[in-house]
Amino acid sequence: MHTPAPIGRTPAAADAPPAVVHLLGGTRRSIRLLGLIGMALACAPLVVRSEFHLTFMTLALYSTLLGSAWNILGGFGGQYSFGHAVFFGLGAYTGAILQVHAGLPAWTGLLAGSAIGGAAGAALGAISFRYGLRGSYFALVTLAMAEVFRIIANSVPFTGAGVGMMIELRSGPADLQFESRQGYYYFALALALVALAVSSWVRHSRFGAALAAVRDNEDAARALGIDATRIKVAATALSGSLMAAGGVFYLQYFHYIDPMLVFGPAVSVEALLGPIVGGLGTVLGPLIGAFALALVSQVATQALGQAPALSMALYGVILIVMVTFLPRGLGRLRLRRGRHA
Amino acid sequence: MIDSALIGAALWPALVNGLTMGAIYALIALGLTLIYGVLHIINFAHGSLLMVALYAVLVLFERLGIDPYAALVVVVPGMFGIGYVLQRFVINPARHGRDENTLLVTLGLSIVIENLASHFFKTDTRQIETAYTFMMVDLAGAVISMPRLLAFAGALASCLALAVLMRSTDLGRAIRAVAREAQGARVVGIDVDHVFAMSFAIGLACLGAAACFLLPTYYVSPQVGHGFVLIAFTVVVLGGMGSFTGSLVGGLLVGVIESLGGLLLGESLGQIGVFVIFIVILLFRPAGLFGQRT
Repeated sequence: MHTPAPIGRTPAAADAPPAVVHLLGGTRRSIRLLGLIGMALACAPLVVRSEFHLTFMTLALYSTLLGSAWNILGGFGGQYSFGHAVFFGLGAYTGAILQVHAGLPAWTGLLAGSAIGGAAGAALGAISFRYGLRGSYFALVTLAMAEVFRIIANSVPFTGAGVGMMIELRSGPADLQFESRQGYYYFALALALVALAVSSWVRHSRFGAALAAVRDNEDAARALGIDATRIKVAATALSGSLMAAGGVFYLQYFHYIDPMLVFGPAVSVEALLGPIVGGLGTVLGPLIGAFALALVSQVATQALGQAPALSMALYGVILIVMVTFLPRGLGRLRLRRGRHA
Repeated sequence: MIDSALIGAALWPALVNGLTMGAIYALIALGLTLIYGVLHIINFAHGSLLMVALYAVLVLFERLGIDPYAALVVVVPGMFGIGYVLQRFVINPARHGRDENTLLVTLGLSIVIENLASHFFKTDTRQIETAYTFMMVDLAGAVISMPRLLAFAGALASCLALAVLMRSTDLGRAIRAVAREAQGARVVGIDVDHVFAMSFAIGLACLGAAACFLLPTYYVSPQVGHGFVLIAFTVVVLGGMGSFTGSLVGGLLVGVIESLGGLLLGESLGQIGVFVIFIVILLFRPAGLFGQRT
């Protein structure tokens, strides 16, 4: 057995620098900080007038949602999923099917999608963790699950098979489609803030403490009477539910989905990259990571021209560089530097 | 409805087809299982690296007119070199003692490789056509192309060569020692980092060989690795991580399952069979059919 590296260890641990405890720890401080960030982001459209910049921020917030969802299981729970697209796709297809085949308004899709994502998370967690899957094996099973769902969506008629599904254009808040960029911005912001609030709750609650204990030493946690399997299943459900909401947002924003877009590996990579760049197992890590990555990809697009493959390759390089040189993420780097300066 | 008599008639060809493909799977999985057995890491970039080898064979053929089988002498050492450098200078430094980090780094590698490939080679699938591409052999009613039969033989020969290497050379002994007990191997004077890199290199050399045997009857595209990576994992998991015999049997088995699945469920849904087996094996018998329980 190797000892767990200090990635995502709870700030309450003895060796954590005090600056980290003050900024990322403390329930009340944390809520106040989140409130401030939320207010600043809510006011942003008053200052940011250009559509281009607002789109940039909208997509970064959407990415924050995916990253936070992944981070609950991967960061706080230490279970790396390589197939979070499975929840994303389930959310997106639930939304699309309810709108296209049942004629229901989009908000029902958001609720039902999140519920199905949560249920799928609970189911996946239950079968995986009941049989003691950990580490690489868990990553592989999630990946295979996403592939299975991609193939199913590609093969059955009610998902439109390989052609995909398109939702009707109907502007209005109840349909979760907006004529202005601002509308989508606030929709993304609302979802991202919910995800951050849930992360903050996980971070400071009894549940989160148990989850961190299981992550750091499962046997010890079990010895203390923690039902490790149940805790991990709950984290997967929570994570899956938020990820599915991300899928619904994608559907409402782009109006079109197909099996590769929503069950494909690109979504799973986007979900895990943000928290790894920003700081695994921290509340704000996914937010920091999402904005940093959005910035990098924007700069890359400007420097390299419209070459999506190259900017994706750059994401891969960033992943390797982060894991090699900054396994604790950007968020922690900044704070630690600040303490020493 | 598909006639059951029709399926009966198609069964033998499907079986032969599955076995020939399965031998290639076995060779690819052998590389993966060697890397896992020695380094205890899951090489997520295995599929993308196979794709690199396939493109190498393609470019050698199209630009220099080198026959895919002759390309073995270039591609196998080339992949070996790439493997050594990757393990020593990219994967190992990122490990920090955590398996998850290796998983992430090899995932990063696969993203980089795949996207560079789709940038430079575009996303269309490409094939090569040799003089023997359409040569057919009749095996008791199952008509099969000559290159596929050669691939079957070549893959099995490569597996045998690897087994000999592991059993009766100093390097093989060192690799087995490190796989069993890295600390102990270090104590008796084995350069463990070197052995790690050699193992990774040999694992990729298997991919080089697989690519040379595969391309005459297959195609290459930047995404071609996707299909293979999960299948290789399935083979390895089915046979037991780190088990050579397991990989061989697992590869043949998966090839047959895939072929029969395609026959019974249709091309699109048939792929599911392999993944379902993968998930079920992981859940109920993670040590595989031939692996030891840890």
